[in-house]
Amino acid sequence: MGKLFINKYCHIKNNKVFLDGKLVFSDDEVHDIKPFLKSVYRFLKPAYNKFFKMDEISKLAYLCSEYLLQDVDLSAFNKDDIAIVLSNSDSTSITDQNHQNSISKEGGFFPSPSIFVYTLPNIMIGEISIRHKLKGENAFFIVENFDAGLLTNHINNLYLTRKAKVFIAGWVNINNDSYEAFLFLLSPCGKKYNKGEIEKVYNQHKYI
Amino acid sequence: MDELIEKLKIQIIEQLNLEDMEPEDINAKEPLFGEGLGLDSIDALELIVLMEKEYGIKIQNPKDGQKIFRSIETMASYIQMNQK
Repeated sequence: MGKLFINKYCHIKNNKVFLDGKLVFSDDEVHDIKPFLKSVYRFLKPAYNKFFKMDEISKLAYLCSEYLLQDVDLSAFNKDDIAIVLSNSDSTSITDQNHQNSISKEGGFFPSPSIFVYTLPNIMIGEISIRHKLKGENAFFIVENFDAGLLTNHINNLYLTRKAKVFIAGWVNINNDSYEAFLFLLSPCGKKYNKGEIEKVYNQHKYI
Repeated sequence: MDELIEKLKIQIIEQLNLEDMEPEDINAKEPLFGEGLGLDSIDALELIVLMEKEYGIKIQNPKDGQKIFRSIETMASYIQMNQK
């Protein structure tokens, strides 16, 4: 059995996008996540209209995965062998609030299906899977903070039991105060991978 | 009818978050699903909600949806015939 390596990683926070530790996009003109995500989309030009239908956290996860996978040839792998393991602390609380507001309006009970469908965090996994036609294992963990040990334990178990050979994993969170996406790609080539290395690349932008 | 079609275009763009799309980009005769606007099953539910919320029309039989939501023109005809 081969080994896993960190192939790429992408970090989005505070109006900045870092790919493999390098700043690749920033927009200091905008002061809210909504215009920032649109700005990233316009810069990246992925021509994926489904983006506009997503809620904010799915947009964030989608854009982070676009950066992560933009130069990666996923066709080199069996789509069943690519797993997605994500985590966050606030689940989909912002969209949950939007849904609650949409059903609390006076003058009728009209829940919006397109809002409701985003009231589960694993929809982010769904959006990435749809975009790249991935059919592998997946899991979403709700934890207080980014936990490299939790993610690497789960990834290592899947890898050792031959459930997956490639992994898209990390943290995507939005709450009323901040947003952050950190995704890494593990594959048979790249730089050294273990819990400590994941913590190291995550903490590169801790104070930005 | 033309006025209703224009209103529907605006409501659909807004309700379905079809950003970057203007009413004049939509051909009222074009299929809403598959080709044309390329809407999906969640959008279909959203259109059912729009019909009820904006026009007070409840679609009782889901099978009727295929005909009603074929295009914006068929939606407008159905609204004209069924709005109280």
